[in-house]
Amino acid sequence: MPEMNMIQAINDALRVEMERDDRVIVMGEDIGKFGGVFRATQGLYQQFGEDRVFDTPLAEAGIIGTAIGMALYGLRPVPEIQFADYIYPAFDQIVNELSKYRYRSGGQYSCPLTIRTPYGGGVKGGHYHSQSPEAYFIHTPGLKVVVPSSPYDAKGLLISAIRDEDPVLFFEPKRIYRAVKGEVPKGEYLVPLERATLVREGDQCTVIAYGAMLHMARETVDLATKKGIRCDLIDLRTLLPFDIDTILQSVQKTGRVVIVHEAPRTCGFGAELAATIGEKALLYLEAPVLRITGFDTPFPYTLEHDYLPDAPRVLAGIEKTLNF
Amino acid sequence: MKAAVAVEDKIVRVLGEGGEVDASKDPRLSDRDLLTLYRAMLLNRMVDERMFRLQRQGRIAFYIGATGEEAAIIGAAFAMGEKDWVVPCYREFGAAYVRGFTLRDFFCQIFGNAQDLTKGRQMPVHIASSRLHVLSVSSPVGTQIPHAVGLAIAAKIRKAKEAALVFFGDGATSEGDFHVSMNFAGVFRAPCVFLCRNNQWAISVPRERQTAAPSIEIKAKAYGFEGVLVDGNDVLAIYATTKKAFEKARSGGGPTLIEAFTYRLGPHSTSDDPHAYRGEDEVELWKKKDPLIRFREYLEKRKLWHQDRETKLMQDLNEEILSTLKEVEQIPPPPPESIFEDVYAVMPWHLREQRDQLLRWLEERKKITESY
Repeated sequence: MPEMNMIQAINDALRVEMERDDRVIVMGEDIGKFGGVFRATQGLYQQFGEDRVFDTPLAEAGIIGTAIGMALYGLRPVPEIQFADYIYPAFDQIVNELSKYRYRSGGQYSCPLTIRTPYGGGVKGGHYHSQSPEAYFIHTPGLKVVVPSSPYDAKGLLISAIRDEDPVLFFEPKRIYRAVKGEVPKGEYLVPLERATLVREGDQCTVIAYGAMLHMARETVDLATKKGIRCDLIDLRTLLPFDIDTILQSVQKTGRVVIVHEAPRTCGFGAELAATIGEKALLYLEAPVLRITGFDTPFPYTLEHDYLPDAPRVLAGIEKTLNF
Repeated sequence: MKAAVAVEDKIVRVLGEGGEVDASKDPRLSDRDLLTLYRAMLLNRMVDERMFRLQRQGRIAFYIGATGEEAAIIGAAFAMGEKDWVVPCYREFGAAYVRGFTLRDFFCQIFGNAQDLTKGRQMPVHIASSRLHVLSVSSPVGTQIPHAVGLAIAAKIRKAKEAALVFFGDGATSEGDFHVSMNFAGVFRAPCVFLCRNNQWAISVPRERQTAAPSIEIKAKAYGFEGVLVDGNDVLAIYATTKKAFEKARSGGGPTLIEAFTYRLGPHSTSDDPHAYRGEDEVELWKKKDPLIRFREYLEKRKLWHQDRETKLMQDLNEEILSTLKEVEQIPPPPPESIFEDVYAVMPWHLREQRDQLLRWLEERKKITESY
């Protein structure tokens, strides 16, 4: 089985789907001949031609707005927004149009399109190449929100997203585009949406993470193991709709929960998870659900590694939860 | 009145204000087509009048009409092919109607009942019909324009001889979505026809407050394609111009922006009171240019129409409207659980849970209400 990094896996997923289904098209800024600023679409223009792989004018609202029209026509567009920080000009199209199209047409139309966008910090990107805007979209009925953490999942989840009948926001943790490698099967395979995966097993505390944070959380859980603390580590993979069963099974076992994400805390996804766990498993809880997150500030430049949750912070959180 | 002079200089017109025809520009529609057009325009006008009354009586929540703009809406849609796409704004019932959207479909939508194709999900007049290639109306202004360009690009990619027609008002030309869409359409030479119903007013804001340009069609030039100014109250001019734009689009000639110069004779919607911001003299001036009157005078000149036929048609249409209303008003609303359908292709766990909560709560509410 070939070893790939996440960028290669994403590129492979796009190629597999484009070969399989000629309705799949890729569009965005610099994604054509150049192959994308992160090279996610490298070689696709050369293989599939400019009818199916095309650069657009530099306008995110136009990219998503026209992709909606293409999806309504019957294509399967996979538009790229170059950085998640630049998705806001398309916010209205995503929130008011894309997400509501099936609903408001009484099920007559659907918009099966997958928006790929690199997100997250830790790459010296400052305010505008580091944001984690997933919560805005998780708050929008009609969308699915997916965040892979490994090359294997990135490929399998992206293929599932492209084949899904619903619009999917596919947030790619750019910090680990090349930093994480893994075995990725050739050809097509699916990683199902809406399913989390248990990455580590333990009975004292449940750690929930996704994206780049998953790797830091795994490192932390392994550190904790050395200190004799046994944790479940859940990689959510799909944030909307999230896998409630896996979470509750774990929480019922451990009674303690630490949620990790790099997005700001207030109304971040951790808040939703904590509330849901409170509603459904309060009597199993031995301690308050703890959130280890980015702070409620714009994403800083020089001090980004103080802003981002790291292993010592998460470990201290696990210990605090255990000692509550 | 500098702007008016500029308009008169370049406006495309087939029918003069007394219904006299410019033979060199006449699209030469058959008698049958002419009468179909007139019937649709008159029906649209009468439906508007009836719906305003219904809203005042409290029988419907809201209505937004096309009075004064029927020629621009119906004439343009009549010029399209069956497989072409209509991307409506919120005044385009008439465009859907000439494609086969029935009065019953429309009334079911307005009442949001169990037989509404859109399942009671939206305010009145926010129609959609996938069967007729009519996209779904949304209230925000201009957001539908990029969808039309996307449809057109997709048709081009698939090498289908289809084109899209998108309707919007003069107010929408201030929105980013308009400019982005024009730009994409130009760059990709998308087979897309932009039809701006310049009805002079965006609720209470006059056209002059939307743009300092002398016209709207002129904006096409900056995006690298043709703009055409058309008398929006002249159904034959609208028909001929749209047809030409479609032919150009299908043969690879790219997009066209049509500015239909017209006037919103009524209020913006049932929630509006235009007396607060515009003078009756202006409205009276435009009433003389009523597209229905002009078209009728033309039909009379062609000996296709006379007062008896007019009276008879009005009676027939009135009867059709009333009997359809009577039937549609009896149809119950959609079932409560339908709130949760069509959000996703397959209902996820959290929506199933919320649906069950609602259904349980409705049972409880019934008991509580009964105990009062």
